[in-house]
Amino acid sequence: MTHSAVEKTSRVYVNIKGTSDGLVIHLGAGDWNTLLVALAEKLDQTPSFFRGGRVALNVGPRQLTASQLEVVGNLLSKFQISLWAVLSDSIETQRVAAEMGLETSLALSRAERLLGEKLSGPERVIADGEQAILLQRILRSGQSICHTGHVIIIGDVNPGAEIVAGGNVVVWGRLRGNVHAGSNGNDQAIVCALVLAPVLLRIAGYVARSPGREDSEAYEQSVVPEIAFVHNGQIVAEPWRAMEGLYPDWRTDLLRRAANTLSTWF
Amino acid sequence: MGATVITITSGKGGVGKTTATANLSAALAMKGKRVVAIDADIGLRNLDVVMGLENRIVYDLVNVVEGACRLRQALIKDKRIENLYMIPAAQSRDKNAIHPQDMIDVCDQLRPEFDFILIDSPAGIEQGFRNAVAPADRICIITTPEVSAVRDADRVVGLIEAEGKGPASLILNRLRPKMIQRGDMLDTADVLDVLAIELLGIVPEDETIIVSTNRGIPVVMENKSRAAQAFYNIAARLLGENVPIMELEEPSSSWLSKIAGLIRRS
Repeated sequence: MTHSAVEKTSRVYVNIKGTSDGLVIHLGAGDWNTLLVALAEKLDQTPSFFRGGRVALNVGPRQLTASQLEVVGNLLSKFQISLWAVLSDSIETQRVAAEMGLETSLALSRAERLLGEKLSGPERVIADGEQAILLQRILRSGQSICHTGHVIIIGDVNPGAEIVAGGNVVVWGRLRGNVHAGSNGNDQAIVCALVLAPVLLRIAGYVARSPGREDSEAYEQSVVPEIAFVHNGQIVAEPWRAMEGLYPDWRTDLLRRAANTLSTWF
Repeated sequence: MGATVITITSGKGGVGKTTATANLSAALAMKGKRVVAIDADIGLRNLDVVMGLENRIVYDLVNVVEGACRLRQALIKDKRIENLYMIPAAQSRDKNAIHPQDMIDVCDQLRPEFDFILIDSPAGIEQGFRNAVAPADRICIITTPEVSAVRDADRVVGLIEAEGKGPASLILNRLRPKMIQRGDMLDTADVLDVLAIELLGIVPEDETIIVSTNRGIPVVMENKSRAAQAFYNIAARLLGENVPIMELEEPSSSWLSKIAGLIRRS
């Protein structure tokens, strides 16, 4: 890999490439601050070439904090370049970028180009082969995960937090925030959680509201894992264990959904 | 050995940041540590009032940052307790008068001469909060057992985690044991259930706090009330002592009382 070669020569690795998705800046191994200096020098050589453009940043496996990304954004904006996406193999970096409202994949821009128009909100499309993102942490109030594919959370989703997914949402924990699955209009999307108690649950264009706070505590103590999906034009939530009795087609339905899900993952 | 910088913050206003800062600073100084409390609430200063040092202010934090005086000139020595100092905020300016790097610089200058630097954060999550959190080695989130305060605390915990400053620890303030027994107030478990961070201590609701705030004498200096004992215990825990969490006459029947509360409500 290029990374190890770079480490051997201990050279600073900054590479700016034009791709079919626009400009992508690769920041490889090495000291982060040194890389930023090198990047600034590189941009400074031909400032007029970049001015007014937008770039994606590829940081490889590097794990970055919000303030580090902010510094890069500020650096780029000094050259009048806007940062629109951060690509990384690190889930943590992807998460931080997503929370800052940046894209974490180039797929959306590709979809936009194919359609010849800029997509926003619920029209966003899941590109083929879009991956699921997996987060193993608590999603806290004010934090939001927006992903064009599936979203899987191992941990609680607290009140005030938000998940918007083009695909399915799976929460191995208590889902007490807002959730929107199938945000691209896919009404086959599902939401499932160990404790399904969101304030607002949306699947495609359908909306369901939680029954209210009054008995939520009593509810949470007796609760079983549930799965929510669209059935006959409304969102229904079924207990995971009792599905067989309540929803005769659940087995075939689930298999079909699972097959759909797998085909988009692989 | 450099000082440990502890920032006390909450998100929501009026939950007891300033009271906690004043009392923990005093308690740590009473335990023989060299302590300086910094009021980072530029424009709404009141740590000096709560500590009873208002009439001693000549220079403030903004003067220090802008180079109008030396750091030592802005340090106010508390005459009641050995080794307790404070740096007041400016009253005539706003949060944008200083930047996170200024706070880091000020703390770095103070570190060699103190054991603890406590920073009283302003409410909110904007510049003032970022200033207060920037130099922190550890962060105490303070909240009251109310849904709104807990929601804001959760937001702040998320921001701190995104900055890589975590893990934060929790002070739960203004608990009313009688209300908890009736099932009318969130109890410690309810709050920890959402926030899922380490509990540093709980402080019961106590009228003496209001009296002491108005008189400018932190309750720990008189050490008569339950609240004083609670703050003293938290200070001990900050020093690494193993002090059990205070029992607030809330017997183990709390689940029974909760059911009783539910029955009464319905």
